Amino acid sequence: MHSLNWIKQNLFSTWLNSIVSIVLIYFLASVIPPLLDWFIFEATFIADDRTGCTTEGACWAVVGARFYQFMYGFYPTEEVWRVNLVYAMLPFGIAPLLWDKIPFRKQFLFFSMAYPFLVFFLLYGGPGLSSVASNKWGGLLVTLFLGLGGILIAFPLSIFLALGRRSKMPAILTLCIVFIEFIRGVPLITLLFFGNIMLPLFLPEGINLDTIIRALVAVTIFQAAYGAEVIRGGLQAMPKGQYEAAQALGLSYWQMNYKIILPQALKITIPALVNTAIGLFKDTSLVLLIGLLDLLGIGRAALADTKWMALHVEVYVFIAGIFFIFCFGFSRYSLYLERKLNTDNDGENK
Amino acid sequence: MNQDSIIYFENVSKWFGDFQVLKGINLEVNKGEKIVVCGPSGSGKSTMIRCINRLEEHQEGKIIVDGTELTGNVKNIDTVRREVGMVFQQFNLFPHLSILDNCTLAPIWVRKMPKVEATELAMQYLKRVQIEDQVHKFPNQLSGGQQQRAAIARALCMQPRLMLFDEPTSALDPEMIKEVLDVMIGLAQDGMTMLVVTHEMGFAKEVADRIVFMDEGQIVEAKAPKEFFENPDSERTKLFLSQIL
Repeated sequence: MHSLNWIKQNLFSTWLNSIVSIVLIYFLASVIPPLLDWFIFEATFIADDRTGCTTEGACWAVVGARFYQFMYGFYPTEEVWRVNLVYAMLPFGIAPLLWDKIPFRKQFLFFSMAYPFLVFFLLYGGPGLSSVASNKWGGLLVTLFLGLGGILIAFPLSIFLALGRRSKMPAILTLCIVFIEFIRGVPLITLLFFGNIMLPLFLPEGINLDTIIRALVAVTIFQAAYGAEVIRGGLQAMPKGQYEAAQALGLSYWQMNYKIILPQALKITIPALVNTAIGLFKDTSLVLLIGLLDLLGIGRAALADTKWMALHVEVYVFIAGIFFIFCFGFSRYSLYLERKLNTDNDGENK
Repeated sequence: MNQDSIIYFENVSKWFGDFQVLKGINLEVNKGEKIVVCGPSGSGKSTMIRCINRLEEHQEGKIIVDGTELTGNVKNIDTVRREVGMVFQQFNLFPHLSILDNCTLAPIWVRKMPKVEATELAMQYLKRVQIEDQVHKFPNQLSGGQQQRAAIARALCMQPRLMLFDEPTSALDPEMIKEVLDVMIGLAQDGMTMLVVTHEMGFAKEVADRIVFMDEGQIVEAKAPKEFFENPDSERTKLFLSQIL
């Protein structure tokens, strides 16, 4: 009875409402079954090559056959436990940064700080581990390394750039403006090429940065410049009274920003910050133009294989699915943060 | 400058661009004195008291607060700000912190007080302004009067040697003005040195040792309340009084 009432109230409350509901139901009824057929019921999951896919639906066998490459690229099989370890530790490295109420957060934060170094050591190799150059990395590994790495390293840089752009000290102010405007003024792909080809020319002889590190540098400064402008917008929205109250209490510049201004400015910029983060995460696909094989690059490599040729839809749907899972996660997290930080009268907070 | 002086203005001038807001202000306030500053809007009264904790910079003359001269020296500014509490027209509580955290923040970060001690101190002042049962709420969940009382408690938590009030009741609904004024009267009775910019003449009569009347960037008159209301010297004071009483 309850659900009947709900249907009546929400779907058929007025004539217009009823018509819209009926049209939509008809539309869904005619679209969903064929999609389900293609995705699941008529799909082939196991086959040796594309001729093995005899059914009407999707040929997911290509994903299965290439799964290793999608996850690890061409990382040597006997060393792949290192990547798996990096993946397995990722939630523990990130969780304490995202939630402030997890048990043992303090201890976990130390792990979070050590995590980037662990990642480097494990992926690259070092004392006791054979070295694996980044041209062997690929797929999700590259996407996460550049995407998450860029976002996380760029965040503190953005804050300093945004503060610097509002600084009263002319040297810092000019430096920040020039940096932000230069980086924002060129496309990411230019920065990637710049990092890949020109960066080595500026570095002292003997220092040879790996391609993926050059890409990480490019992606990071790009995100830092964009993030800085978003945060600056938030800083500008702060009422003057907040600065004055903090100063009148005797707080120093850094205390004022750390305890009063930034917590509020970052809160109102969460949606825009997450927006640029999602943008960057997807833009990491551009690295295939400097020879790194991220998820998309691996997908294109799979399509070039004569055994699996012309399975574009399957491969791109799979890649899109992986990107979607991460980006959707970002946006849900930003909603959670907004709700948590809401201290207005209408907030659920306490 | 006498022995008891806690604020000393000597010939202080200030300009906003071409406009001169303060024109050679001379004023001396003794420890424990309560001064009410009044005058028409744009007369420079807010600017004057904001110079005392350097929220505004004066360009000419000399300001000495509690023995420290205000110059570009950041250390001096910090020293003065630690000893001078301020209450604003718009309360300016920190909306992302609970009332209690608003109050303990500066003692913990500026005075380096242990958290337990700062909390005890804050509770003591919050009790005094009678919002001890609201301490875990956020500012926007409180009424204007409650917010302003919390703001007073926040300033008191730094245990300042003098308190500045910049039109503390002007943004409040009429029925809330009294609760804030009562807190301020209590503070005055306890001997706090206070400079209050306000139009509340009832408060001025009851509490002020001197009333300072400003117009066009100058101090026109500074007198004890009885004298000020009954026997003003200048025409401008008479005109102002006739308009607000």
